[in-house]
Amino acid sequence: MHTLLLTAAAAAIGLALSFAPAAAQTLEKIKQRGVLVVGSKADYKPFGFRDPSGAIVGFEPDIARLVAEKLGVKLELEPVVSSNRMQFLQQGKIDLMIATMNDKPDRRQIVGIIEPLYYASGVNVLANKKANLKSWEQLKDQKVCGIQGAWYNKPVAEKYGADIVAFKGQTEAEVALLQGNCVGWVYDDTAFAERLADPKWAGFEMTLPTILEEPWGLAVPLPERDGPWGKFMAQQLEDWHRSGKLIELEKKWNIPASAYLKKMHEEYSKKKGS
Amino acid sequence: MLHETSGIKLTIFYDAFDRARFFNGFLTSVRLMAVCLVASVVIGVVGAWIQGSRLRVLRLITQGYIQFFRNTPPLVQLYFFYFALGSYLKLTTGNGIAVPIVSNFTWAAICLSFYAGAFNVEIFRAGIEAVPRETLEAAESLGYSRLKAYAYVILPLAFRISLPALNNNLVNLIKTTTIAYAIAVPEMLYVANQIWSDESNVPEMMNVLLITYVSLVGILVWVMGRWERGLRIPGYSPA
Repeated sequence: MHTLLLTAAAAAIGLALSFAPAAAQTLEKIKQRGVLVVGSKADYKPFGFRDPSGAIVGFEPDIARLVAEKLGVKLELEPVVSSNRMQFLQQGKIDLMIATMNDKPDRRQIVGIIEPLYYASGVNVLANKKANLKSWEQLKDQKVCGIQGAWYNKPVAEKYGADIVAFKGQTEAEVALLQGNCVGWVYDDTAFAERLADPKWAGFEMTLPTILEEPWGLAVPLPERDGPWGKFMAQQLEDWHRSGKLIELEKKWNIPASAYLKKMHEEYSKKKGS
Repeated sequence: MLHETSGIKLTIFYDAFDRARFFNGFLTSVRLMAVCLVASVVIGVVGAWIQGSRLRVLRLITQGYIQFFRNTPPLVQLYFFYFALGSYLKLTTGNGIAVPIVSNFTWAAICLSFYAGAFNVEIFRAGIEAVPRETLEAAESLGYSRLKAYAYVILPLAFRISLPALNNNLVNLIKTTTIAYAIAVPEMLYVANQIWSDESNVPEMMNVLLITYVSLVGILVWVMGRWERGLRIPGYSPA
């Protein structure tokens, strides 16, 4: 039943796309009217939210500002929500969408997700150094602290056989880990980076590779993904990764340093050298 | 499948992983309940006996215990034992990590037993005080020691009087075991919480929880009712 619906939906989208007007030159349009319209979240602190004056600010609006500055045009932020962001882009209400969207194959059918991606959060373990963790498989039948309701508790338990001891909030999990109730704590990797810098956590380390990483993609209208507008954005993303601009913005908004941005920065700064 | 035809998502019946963890949660809950029921009744019986002791120190200690456990919320006690006291009781294991000696399940069992036990002491005391003074004097005149008179004469009579109140307290104890989820004891509420955050089937799991608890409490009430009737002495306690 589900498959049938999906097929029907996919077919409908395919049909709609085949009738879509030929790639409009968004880049030209933006330059002509002197305004860049970006769809951004207004309810996702600190990535996109309203400040006391009502203006939309945050990590993602700052990225939008970078684009506008580069183009030498004015920026207009259009608040979007998850359920309408792709439609806004399809309908041409916005030129660019930067709205905490995970990169998923089915979404790539609808909007033009630009590579490289601009952000990601993944799952890692803050482990007691004495546990000497080298691989996720070592977690089998070990007590691992977690947070109640985290979506990855189940995959980690199912795939690696870890015995997840989940607590209500971060504080309880923290205390339980410090007291030795578990060998490690499985959580967002972005939450650990800040802790590792704290002397309180000197006996702990994050040695495992980050898993279940969910990258975030920004998007242009699908027909323009490989056109000038898409290429321009891809170039911007590469530049930001190379210069560490995104890491700078991350710091500005007090977002714990993400392993993904660090990795991308290393990758792209190497490319420049070669 | 039920889910596809009606939208009801009872994963515990068809997802092997969810089924296994819910079943384990059920077993953990039942184990915790059984341990606490027995331990709290034993604490109640012993405590009520000590309260009638001639030694003032013993009476004061029992009184202090009752005040501490009865007058603090069980959740606070649980946090206190697990996070505060637990951090001092550590043992270094093979790989060099100092682990707490007492597990979260044991802390929950200890804490809830003492919590319900404090009420049970008072419940039994009420029962003992309802036994006529003459009965004790008669037992003493027959040469019973204080302990023997308590065990063979007073307690059996007091128990009958205490049963309805005890029944209440034990039902409460069964329901209170759910707070063990705060220190990550994988009992039913904890497991249900995990399942509904993974499958987003909150209403379904809530119903499963309610039905399970109603059944478990129902079984306890039924057993206690049978016991109460079995112990009845015609003419002694009201019908």
